Amino acid sequence: MPSLPRTAGLGFKPQHFTEMMATDTIGFIEVHAENYMGDGGAPHAMLAALHDRHAVSIHGVGLSIGSAGGLDPDHLARLRKLIDRYQPESFSEHLAWSSHGAAWLNDLLPLPYTPETLATICAHVDQVQDTLGRRMLLENPATYVTFASSTLSETDFLTELVRRTGCGLLLDVNNVFVSATNHRFDARAYLADFPLFAVGEIHLAGHDSEELPSGTLLIDSHGAPVADPVWTLYAEVLARTGPVPTLIEWDNDVPDFTTLLAEATRANAILHAAERQQTDAA
Amino acid sequence: MQPDTHAAQQEAFQAAIWRQDPPAGLTAPAMEEVAQRFAVYRNNVQHSLTRALAGRFPVVEQLVGTAFFTAMARVHIAQEPPQSPVLLGWGAAFGDFLDGFAPVAHLAYLGDVARLEYARGVAYHAADAAPVAADALAVAELAALRLTLHPSVQLFTSPHPALQIWQTHQPGAGRHALTDGPDHALIGRAPDFSIIVAPVDIGTFAVLRALAAGETLASAAQHADPTAALTLLLRHGLITATHTGVSP
Repeated sequence: MPSLPRTAGLGFKPQHFTEMMATDTIGFIEVHAENYMGDGGAPHAMLAALHDRHAVSIHGVGLSIGSAGGLDPDHLARLRKLIDRYQPESFSEHLAWSSHGAAWLNDLLPLPYTPETLATICAHVDQVQDTLGRRMLLENPATYVTFASSTLSETDFLTELVRRTGCGLLLDVNNVFVSATNHRFDARAYLADFPLFAVGEIHLAGHDSEELPSGTLLIDSHGAPVADPVWTLYAEVLARTGPVPTLIEWDNDVPDFTTLLAEATRANAILHAAERQQTDAA
Repeated sequence: MQPDTHAAQQEAFQAAIWRQDPPAGLTAPAMEEVAQRFAVYRNNVQHSLTRALAGRFPVVEQLVGTAFFTAMARVHIAQEPPQSPVLLGWGAAFGDFLDGFAPVAHLAYLGDVARLEYARGVAYHAADAAPVAADALAVAELAALRLTLHPSVQLFTSPHPALQIWQTHQPGAGRHALTDGPDHALIGRAPDFSIIVAPVDIGTFAVLRALAAGETLASAAQHADPTAALTLLLRHGLITATHTGVSP
């Protein structure tokens, strides 16, 4: 199965279709699966044209893989149809949940890390990979609270998930920085424990911040340029892994295409440096 | 069910999204800030669903203003939260909600404006189907012909000037005096993916409704001269098949 090129990619916004078709700066595009679950029309026409031009990553935000109540079979079937139709180079989802019962909450909600939740999520990842007939990537979350019931660290949880299911990981470096700031842990220590061998893609995005009496609370807003400390962590990760397909995510207050390309160009420079370093070491 | 199971925890978390207090069992470096941290999730849910609704109903938002729309969306979201992660199908009930929402009772047309906006979204995402050739109606037995219309085709009618109100809120629209309703329109998607909202008179509307129901051209023509309806459908590529004989 073809995979994503180890260069920078951009999240696709319909207003940038013409520029996206013309650019050679990026190696792949990413779309949210749920925006392409209509029957037809412009979204599918654009995605088909873009896939003739670029590699495509389909990134789900709707599977609610952390639901205690099981996966929605209708949604899994829609996903299968989409994946079968476009044969994307990558499919990824989130370590989060968004629905318990009927209502759809449209946010990536956190879960405790326990042997029980690990077993549930492993079963769900197995079900997704069996249904789609491919390996999926799962993304580490940005969180604002933790659970008293958690008995496993997030990195131990993800390491065990990879070991049991064979899935890959999508490392969101901004999410690491946001969670580390919010929960007052060391992002570098987290990344030292992260199972980097399983990482098939990296996400970079911007965040907002709020001041609480006890210190800063960062919000994963996807509405700003990637912050400097996140670029630094990213370069440190690549120094260990070599180049990895890297997506610039900018979903709110989307700027013009030139601004997005500048972020992708900055990622490409770090990717090239990592590639040179790898070649020199060989 | 044990209160500390994963399912019980999610149930409590979800319930708390709509309430004031955070659920039990959450921690943070400063425990007194758990509520402020939990509020990020509550705000994300409210904000993202409100913006999804505003994206689907931009003219309704213009008509009532963003602050009022946001407050109104909050009520609608609590009453009719989306049931599926595919939000492009959400909002079908918004028009009916507005019909019954007392604070906008004086804006009798608002529900119809919402239904018009929702229909445009349906047209945008409808299945693809190739139009017939321009000469498809140049046949001998025209009277017996039945048409298959494009899956995006919908017929809109309002006893109010809801279509005119929607039109005056489009970018670049000038100021026009409104005439009394009823308003009628053909909604569909052209082959270049543009969304068509074409005002039609009541006779043409009746012809379109008959054709959409699978009646023959002769039968549809009993309502009015079908020339305007057929011209409109052909011009926008909204006829995808023609049939003679019994209803397909």
